[in-house]
Amino acid sequence: MATEPLPLQKTAAAAPEDAAGTDALVRFDRVVKRYGDHVVLDELDFSVRRGEHVTLIGPSGSGKTTILRLLMTLEKVSGGVIWVDGAPLSHVRTPDGGLKPAGEKHLREARKKIGMVFQQFNLFPNMKVLQNITEAPISVLGMDRDEAESRARELLDLVGLAGKIDAHPSQLSGGQQQRVAIARALAMRPEILLLDEVTSALDPELVAGVLDLLSDIARTTDITMLCVTHEMNFARDVSEKVLMFDAGRVVEAGPPEKIFTAPEHERTRDFLDAVL
Amino acid sequence: MNGFDWNAAGDVLPLVLRGFEVTLLATVLGTLVAAVLGLAVAVAGRAPSRFVTVPVRAVMEFIRSTPLLVQLVGAAAFFTSVEPLTIGIVVLGIHYAAYTSEVYRAGIDGVPKGQWEACRALSLSPRRTWQAVVLPQAVRKVLPALGNYAISMFKETPFLAVITVQEMVFEARRYGADHFAYTEAFTLAGLVFLVASYPTSLLMRKLEKRLGH
Ligand SMILES: Nc1ncnc2c1ncn2[C@@H]1O[C@H](COP(=O)(O)OP(=O)(O)OP(=O)(O)O)[C@@H](O)[C@H]1O
Ligand SMILES: [Mg+2]
Repeated sequence: MATEPLPLQKTAAAAPEDAAGTDALVRFDRVVKRYGDHVVLDELDFSVRRGEHVTLIGPSGSGKTTILRLLMTLEKVSGGVIWVDGAPLSHVRTPDGGLKPAGEKHLREARKKIGMVFQQFNLFPNMKVLQNITEAPISVLGMDRDEAESRARELLDLVGLAGKIDAHPSQLSGGQQQRVAIARALAMRPEILLLDEVTSALDPELVAGVLDLLSDIARTTDITMLCVTHEMNFARDVSEKVLMFDAGRVVEAGPPEKIFTAPEHERTRDFLDAVL
Repeated sequence: MNGFDWNAAGDVLPLVLRGFEVTLLATVLGTLVAAVLGLAVAVAGRAPSRFVTVPVRAVMEFIRSTPLLVQLVGAAAFFTSVEPLTIGIVVLGIHYAAYTSEVYRAGIDGVPKGQWEACRALSLSPRRTWQAVVLPQAVRKVLPALGNYAISMFKETPFLAVITVQEMVFEARRYGADHFAYTEAFTLAGLVFLVASYPTSLLMRKLEKRLGH
């Protein structure tokens, strides 16, 4: 999609959102996403600080998945800029100081900081568990095989699947597959981990295990996390901030205690009434 | 015509088998060309640039809409200094690549979107995405279909006789003409085709089942 080079928005760089912390790791700056005529995100602004665990909630179709997919550069913005660590994620600077959409090469570099776990796991069925985890560290980070494999073993230990190293994904339960997918994402040492309803495809009895694992990761690492989830208890336990979305905008943001016990907005109240 | 001459049949058998070696060679090498070239075409068909995809598609469409026989005779007339067997193998390979590329394309299209997205999320290079993820999954799915094209190619090798490749039917026809024993010669050639291709078809069907189609 050919977007006009955007002028560098110096004023936006010191936008009020940032007053909360100049250490914003992720910042959406008037991000617009359209599919044809359908505006999904309409000049969306929000930011996430380094190390923060943010939960995105909101009704179906409100744009939560779209936000994560934009961050993972699986989709292109229709307008605005996403900043990660002070640099534009999917734009490059032009000589005249503006920004233009970046090419695939730049995107591949930019993505290395970001990992994603999908609702449908998306493990590689043609590889064993071990290779699923070591493929990217070896071919992308240039890690040598022995190191990648010993890291993979540690990660499998962490996710409680040390015994499944030689299994094929098809031989694992959904919960086990999702743990492998989490290990695979962590193997790239991401600064930011995106989780899109990672337990919704799981049988109910397998959900708790995966959520516990994610809580552990949130507690013991400094990875910044953005989770889309319908598991409000998980949101309460893990996140410092909850963003309530509706129709592509942040309706309400705040710590979970506040959002869940004393929501200010009608939309938030309605939504929580419906899901809790 | 006084019935089937078993002596003639005995005489022609070694000739037909000698021709069978050529037939087999042409099929195996032709299949190899078709398998590799078809794959290259299928991948090129997914190139981001129209300057690649449009000409590739046009050439393949041209190949599919002209008969193999015409392509063989045309190539033989054009490359007079090249050995007929070589021409036969290359033309068979290219002709079938036009079909195998479609098979691969279907296989590639069948790889779920989530697989591509997982590759992107892991920053895999396009090369590794194809090599480690997409092609292994796509090829596995289309292996039986490719096998069936190999069998078709085997059965079309008699066309090579037209450009004087001494394959099985060429030998049978020569013997038939020399000894006036066409019935015996062609019956044997037909039997050899049957004996070779029927079990192969069964094998393909088995493979299909094993791969879960
Ligand atoms: N590829 C696409 N083409 C057209 N419209 C799309 C596409 N992807 C998403 N949309 C639309 O964008 C809107 C937001 O979708 P999104 O998936 O981000 O919502 P969501 O908040 O994740 O919803 P859910 O809770 O159901 O997962 C929806 O109206 C959806 O129909
Ligand atoms: Mg969603």
